[in-house]
Amino acid sequence: MTWRRTWAMARKEFLHIRRDPRSLLLALAVPIVLLLLFGYALRLDVDRIPMLVFDADGSPQSRNLIARFAGSRFFDVVGMVEDPARIRREMDRQRCLLALVIPPDYSRRWLRGERASIQLILDGSDSNTASIALGYAEALLREHVGSWQMSVLRRATGVMVNPPVDVRVRVWYNSELRSRNYIVPGLIAIILMIIAALLASLTLAREWEMGTMEQLLSTPVRPSEIVLGKMLAFFAIGLLDMLIALLVGVVFFRVPLRGDPLLVLLMGGLFLFGALGWGVLISALVRSQVLAYQLGVLTSFLPAFLLSGFIFAIENMPPVVQAVTYLVPARYFIVILRGLFLKGVGVELLVGEVAFLIAYAAVVFGLATRCLQRRLA
Amino acid sequence: MWAIEVEDVVKRFGEFVAVDRISFRVRRGEIFGLLGPNGAGKSTTIRILCGLLAPTSGRARVDGLDVVTQAEQVKRRIGYMSQRFSLYEDLTVEENVELFSGLYGVPRERRRQRQQEVLEMAGLTAWRRRLVRALPGGWKQRLALGCALVHEPPILFLDEPTSGVDPIARRQFWDMIVRLSEAGRTILVTTHYMDEAAYCHRLALMDRGRIVALDAPAALARSLASVAFLHLESSDLWESLKVLEREASVERVTLFGAGVHLRVRDPERARERIQRALHARGITISRLDVVAPSMEDVFVAVIEGGERNER
Ligand SMILES: Nc1ncnc2c1ncn2[C@@H]1O[C@H](COP(=O)(O)OP(=O)(O)OP(=O)(O)O)[C@@H](O)[C@H]1O
Ligand SMILES: [Mg+2]
Repeated sequence: MTWRRTWAMARKEFLHIRRDPRSLLLALAVPIVLLLLFGYALRLDVDRIPMLVFDADGSPQSRNLIARFAGSRFFDVVGMVEDPARIRREMDRQRCLLALVIPPDYSRRWLRGERASIQLILDGSDSNTASIALGYAEALLREHVGSWQMSVLRRATGVMVNPPVDVRVRVWYNSELRSRNYIVPGLIAIILMIIAALLASLTLAREWEMGTMEQLLSTPVRPSEIVLGKMLAFFAIGLLDMLIALLVGVVFFRVPLRGDPLLVLLMGGLFLFGALGWGVLISALVRSQVLAYQLGVLTSFLPAFLLSGFIFAIENMPPVVQAVTYLVPARYFIVILRGLFLKGVGVELLVGEVAFLIAYAAVVFGLATRCLQRRLA
Repeated sequence: MWAIEVEDVVKRFGEFVAVDRISFRVRRGEIFGLLGPNGAGKSTTIRILCGLLAPTSGRARVDGLDVVTQAEQVKRRIGYMSQRFSLYEDLTVEENVELFSGLYGVPRERRRQRQQEVLEMAGLTAWRRRLVRALPGGWKQRLALGCALVHEPPILFLDEPTSGVDPIARRQFWDMIVRLSEAGRTILVTTHYMDEAAYCHRLALMDRGRIVALDAPAALARSLASVAFLHLESSDLWESLKVLEREASVERVTLFGAGVHLRVRDPERARERIQRALHARGITISRLDVVAPSMEDVFVAVIEGGERNER
């Protein structure tokens, strides 16, 4: 393998990119668009849950309870209704997700120390959000009852009593529990995968289609040099995309980057190498650009999106699908990125993931070279 | 030593035999032509010699090197122009030359100079910064030849280098080829154009994977000494064709330019009979002369001869 021939290939590839500004624009716009789209639109946090209240009691006690909900950052009391039938209508129009129904005897029973009941109505069509909302509501009610019991106790005994258990939850690593902090690092993996699939899967297929491959192969250039030269050019674009994503994520979305930024770039480079190799491999197998492109999207972007733990937790997948995720490089890269971003860990804790990425890159590059060689005979 | 040696080379694609036990040798500095109809196996032969395809059986050497086991060294010593134009259209003239000088590993200190020489030879120095896409067909072909020559290979393979190029550009192109041969380079060229065959020192006529004749163009023409060719132009060519196909003294009729070529044994006797037959049908003859056989005539005769021998 000589550097001169590899560089000649890479330079030519840079020229192709420069002569086709649309593809360059696409390569640079994709990360920004994706980041904005996901950063703003995809929010997994559940807060300000819109709720309606039907208060048939109208007592200080019932207003007290309503005030609790209204004062929580998780709930937003959007209205009071006079007629319980309206709850259904409003829920169907998606004006509220939760309704609180307080029966007429609520305060009477409460004051008598009897069991007072209330009703919570939830829109279960988005079960994920509904169960989170229910969890919040239950916690709020428990606290409400608890603090009342304490005050009763205090009045009866005249002593200050502390609650028997004081639970304080602290979340590590993503202390604000912001889903954005979780999503942006994962998004970097998705972006790199898309770029690789878009650019690399087309490249060899185009040479076969245009007939230029035959001319290339009549020169002493080796398949490994062709593959590496092409990858070098796209590698530069991929790194640029990664820098853009890092900047937007850290500066614009204020995602904390606790680890070493250089390490993030290094890991990104490693992942990118494998991803580009996969694109070139597809391109070596398929001689038509259309087919190569479709295969590229299907086999690199989709698994990275669905099977990497980016949004859908791998633990919740069926065992067969879980087994498949072990072959998805984005899975490992996302673990690395989240570790570097949120925990600030060093490579020593990510050895397994890094080893997989290295092995993946090596195998894919070897296969791409072999396939190109085999196409000749 | 021979520049190219081909021994019993066979190439099969599945059941189909594209090249059927061909053998030939090309001298250094020779312009060697492969001539034949579509699908004769010319491109396949060239691809094998360039190390792009492995032969099914047989052996081939280029510059003394085996094309299968020493493909990489072979590729350093040859230039190849494929049948389909295959430079990068979105690169400039200069960038294409640079690319190939890099791929052929032209040493850094020689590179600038070689690139300039090649551009000059192709007459493209003034257009070096033009995108290839914007060049006329004949210029593209000259550029392709230039790119195949940056590393000064002793042997050149040109697969239909002049297809789709206007006659003047074809002339210029062949002038370049002749000069290259005079400078000692060996050239193996395929063509569809019979008139171009005359530029070759020797010709191999290929048909359905076989070499049916191999000799200098003039010698091939002489081997048809027992027959003569008449060129006929008349007021009604189609009617004449019909009449002449039934005429016993005419062995074969082929269209040629604005008229037809007639293969006959005895030109004087045939001429009289043809004149009489056409006259009877009211056809006026504007021209009926004895002519030297064209390459096409030779080709058809040789192939028919081969078929007669097979029977
Ligand atoms: N890769 C291939 N697979 C199957 N058949 C092939 C392949 N390459 C060539 N052939 C067949 O082999 C035969 C010879 O092809 P070849 O290209 O060598 O002909 P040619 O003499 O160059 O013809 P042309 O003048 O049309 O270029 C053709 O019938 C062609 O269809
Ligand atoms: Mg051909």
